[in-house]
Amino acid sequence: MFLIPDPVVRFFHRMASPPHFYAFTQRLMPWLVVIFLLLTAAGLYGGLYLAPADYQQGDSYRIIYIHVPSAWMSLFIYVVMAVAGAIGLVWRIKLAEIVAISSAPVGASFTFIALVTGSLWGKPMWGTWWVWDARLTSELILLFLYLGVIGLYGAIDDKRTASRAVAILALVGVVNIPIIHYSVEWWNTLHQGPTVTKMDKPSIHVTMLIPLLLMALSFKFYYLIAMLQRARTELLLRERNAQWVKAMILESK
Amino acid sequence: MSLSHAFFAVIRRDLVLALRRRSEIANPLLFFILVITLFPLGIGAQPHLLQAIAPGIIWVSALLAAMLSLDSLFRSDFDDGSLEQILLSPHPTSVLVLAKIIAHWLVTGLPLLIVAPLLAVFLGMPNHSLGILLLTLLLGTPVLSLIGAIGVALTVGLRRGGMILSLLVLPLYVPVLIFAGNAVQMAGSGLPVDAQINILIAILLMALVLAPMPTAAALKMSIN
Repeated sequence: MFLIPDPVVRFFHRMASPPHFYAFTQRLMPWLVVIFLLLTAAGLYGGLYLAPADYQQGDSYRIIYIHVPSAWMSLFIYVVMAVAGAIGLVWRIKLAEIVAISSAPVGASFTFIALVTGSLWGKPMWGTWWVWDARLTSELILLFLYLGVIGLYGAIDDKRTASRAVAILALVGVVNIPIIHYSVEWWNTLHQGPTVTKMDKPSIHVTMLIPLLLMALSFKFYYLIAMLQRARTELLLRERNAQWVKAMILESK
Repeated sequence: MSLSHAFFAVIRRDLVLALRRRSEIANPLLFFILVITLFPLGIGAQPHLLQAIAPGIIWVSALLAAMLSLDSLFRSDFDDGSLEQILLSPHPTSVLVLAKIIAHWLVTGLPLLIVAPLLAVFLGMPNHSLGILLLTLLLGTPVLSLIGAIGVALTVGLRRGGMILSLLVLPLYVPVLIFAGNAVQMAGSGLPVDAQINILIAILLMALVLAPMPTAAALKMSIN
């Protein structure tokens, strides 16, 4: 605790209180939406208009501006979900539990988008919609893990118990994350190796790289927006008998 | 009572209970045999095709049999309250849970190994891959019990946990299926399978060490 500066600690302590979280995210939301729209517009303009066509794949490579960020997000959100779940499990912070479960549907959607765009791209490029190679299979398993988390949460009536169950499941499923990430390096399959996250020099031209990174950032913001909206609804649902919710509703009338 | 005493007492108790209710041993085994019999009937009598997919058929059937047998792991203890006694005992829950999982594997996993060679011969698998098939089943089915225990501990308190259990457990079974199926396939064509066997051993050791802890945590959650 000594390593973390005091204002940061205070910020997190205050964010753990439901009324403060609710009010704060309400004020934050317009900013997030504006940043998201700007980033998406810039990323799509750069990716679809400014970036040159690929010498081999022509224009069909442009699907990476959706596919690659979605695939990154599918892993990122799972890790966020597992970490939030672990925090909820250890310190019993209600908001961490809510963030964990609110992340699951968003992550499942991104995984689904990554799979669908990948197969749309695979048809003209590989000549097949689907191959059972390591990365595709592990990404599909990730989708099933997300669906398992959502299903388990829905099946348990007491939502605090459900959050703990989901956190345990999410932590067990984390084993899959490194397998997906390194699958293209460990197994030599149809899916190409990484082109962006190489340490020395990315093997992608800078005019194609910048829009890709912009899109990746914009997807992060989209995740924040979608997750926080879900979290706010979930919070209201769980706290429907609390004083601050009553006060807020009376105030708005 | 020392920890090792408690550990073996739990194993002994579960084995005695299983021997008194023999259907618990017979059901997964019959299911395993029946599912494998369905494949030749569904595909038709095509020896070459059957021979080619035999490792996959046997392993998928073993997976389903293991999954269906999971429910008996904690169900009766949950219903009659002995699970709470296990959680209340002074010994670490994860060790006692490991004892229960081992007993469960001896009752439901081990019999699969005994009939598997017979079924492999039915499907026309080459004789030299039988040993590898048995080895993968010996290494793989305990992992199925260990991972399945996490799922069943999460859902034991639910009234309709059956469907959700398959959604939780099957994705986690996939690595075992991939490496075991691949090993048997490779052995059939006379290729070395050391890598796959080593990975299966690694998965088994990891599961032995890591799986009882989330299972114990999930049981505590399901009880209250």
